[in-house]
Amino acid sequence: MSFIQINNLHVHYPVRGGFFNSVIDQVYAVDGISMEFEKGKTYGLVGESGCGKSTTGKAIIGLERITSGSIFYEGENVTNKRRSRKSAFNRDVQMIFQDSHSSLNPRKRVKDIIAEPIRNFLKLTPKEEERKISELLEIVGMPEDAKFKYPHEFSGGQKQRLGIARAIATNPKLIIADEPVSALDLSVQAQVLNFMKDIQNEFRLSYLFISHDLGVVKHMCDHISIMYKGRFVEIGTKYDIYNHPQHIYTKRLLSAIPGGSPIGREKRKRERIRVEQHYKAEHKNYFDENDRVFDLKPISKTHSVAAASISKGGK
Amino acid sequence: MKSNELLKIANLSTGFRIKDSFYNAVDGVSLTLKKNEVLAIVGESGCGKSTLATSIMGLYDPHNTRVKGDILFQDKNLAALSDEEMNEIRGGQISIIFQDPLSALNPLMRIGEQIEEGLLYHTKLSKAERKNRALELLEQVGIRQPERIIRQFPHQLSGGMRQRVIIAIAVSCKPKIIIADEPTTALDVTIQAQILDLLIELQAETEAGIILITHDLGVVAEMADRVAVMYAGEIIEEAEVEELFSNPKHPYTRSLFHSIPQLNSNSDRLNVIKGIVPSLVNLPRSGCRFSSRIPWISAEAHEKNPQLHEVAPGHFVRCTCYRNFNLRGKRGGRNYELYTNK
Repeated sequence: MSFIQINNLHVHYPVRGGFFNSVIDQVYAVDGISMEFEKGKTYGLVGESGCGKSTTGKAIIGLERITSGSIFYEGENVTNKRRSRKSAFNRDVQMIFQDSHSSLNPRKRVKDIIAEPIRNFLKLTPKEEERKISELLEIVGMPEDAKFKYPHEFSGGQKQRLGIARAIATNPKLIIADEPVSALDLSVQAQVLNFMKDIQNEFRLSYLFISHDLGVVKHMCDHISIMYKGRFVEIGTKYDIYNHPQHIYTKRLLSAIPGGSPIGREKRKRERIRVEQHYKAEHKNYFDENDRVFDLKPISKTHSVAAASISKGGK
Repeated sequence: MKSNELLKIANLSTGFRIKDSFYNAVDGVSLTLKKNEVLAIVGESGCGKSTLATSIMGLYDPHNTRVKGDILFQDKNLAALSDEEMNEIRGGQISIIFQDPLSALNPLMRIGEQIEEGLLYHTKLSKAERKNRALELLEQVGIRQPERIIRQFPHQLSGGMRQRVIIAIAVSCKPKIIIADEPTTALDVTIQAQILDLLIELQAETEAGIILITHDLGVVAEMADRVAVMYAGEIIEEAEVEELFSNPKHPYTRSLFHSIPQLNSNSDRLNVIKGIVPSLVNLPRSGCRFSSRIPWISAEAHEKNPQLHEVAPGHFVRCTCYRNFNLRGKRGGRNYELYTNK
């Protein structure tokens, strides 16, 4: 059973201009998406820059105003209640940001950074709080004396782990991870990803994993949604998306990933060109006249595609 | 230099001043770039790969940087040239593509002016000819409506378009060498594929040598002819691309390959390289620099003074520790078992 349902979420930004700085247009950053989260699962949200994937994450946690749509958390409508300190939703949904450096206050010590969610949501005595912080630092594999240091004294990977420590401080149920490893080196990226999997197994956490890196997403996620211009073009399990991609945009994205070996370069390039031509030729079948993505239609229990006619361009 | 060799770097060391002493970020690097070749330099942040690029281009602060060794290009030693002499070469014979196209472009200049600037210094074209050449270049890098684009400012273009403009500037004077420093790191995968294809196409026309600096082994697999892997300022492995991918030798290279999430594998855990890259100041300058990251390999396995060994034709590996290396240490487990969920 899912514990969070997101129905038909819209986030529109007004474009102002004209004589009285009136609203002359809308940017449809997120344009009607629905998701459900189950415990202990990882949901991937993939798309190119500007497709609205970060806005989706921010809208869910309450950093962006929702234009329309609703969010239900354990049966309760929390759409407009997400700013209250008392809200259980606020405690149980946390976020990890891409740029760990700018998401940590440079003038606060690590212990105050990590203590912030604890002070907001948990009623702990100073002693308990102290112990909790030590525990959290231990979970993320940082030494005890890190407590008294400032963010600039840590490397990128360490800062990302501090961000994770802060996110898991309130024992959340869902963590929204917005490009958590994009700024990290390969070996550090591996550390952070392994570590995210470990704490997931330990606490039955769910992740909304927002990324543009399809290799990382495949490694981490159970369910994947591919996003384009504020809408989902295809959703499905990892197997559905990587082994039977249906939407032309998904195929294009997959064909653009660099291969793991120098052998077959030419073949991959020909495939890329073929998919690109296909993308242009079949455009009408997948996007309407305003270049908007169609509504999702299920083609199997887990797999849905946004297309006018599904059989075409299939297997 | 042999006739097909464009650039020969011999024993190059670039050091930065930290508290009155110099610490080498690039430490004794020797490389050769041939005509029409893509030489990839791979490594993690802080390994010295970008410092190598700025050393070749002479883009460093002369007061706080010390460059030793030779960078031979057309019978000249770039490391010993004056700024004026270097200006002749920079942008003309050797050009560079930076990672972040927005900060590499001047926000106050129109695209057209920025492309023409290089032509103004390095060619004898007239004003009208320069404009035509700029239009031609934009078309060549796949920008539609170049007449409109040359009048625009950088902020009006998308990231992919900006990077295309940067590439247009880089190839404008038909350089012999293009240094591409993480050219696609800031771009989306579909745009990345287009930009990489474009670089290869342009290379086929001009026969330039490309030094591709990247941390992305996927990009290396798609682009490179030859690969040099850097760690802590040194080249630790160098080989043809097929050889390196099918038969990596050095512990660092092998560890890196095992820390990539693979598209066609379902293993649950990634390999983690233990420890951290030592900082410039704390870097041990003798012995195998990777030894602290693979503590389960005994000290005798390392060379006292690690050299590059030719293990197969054209395949060089530093130090002898690769002979006894296995990835066994990756099952090291977590270092936070003490924690209980209370």
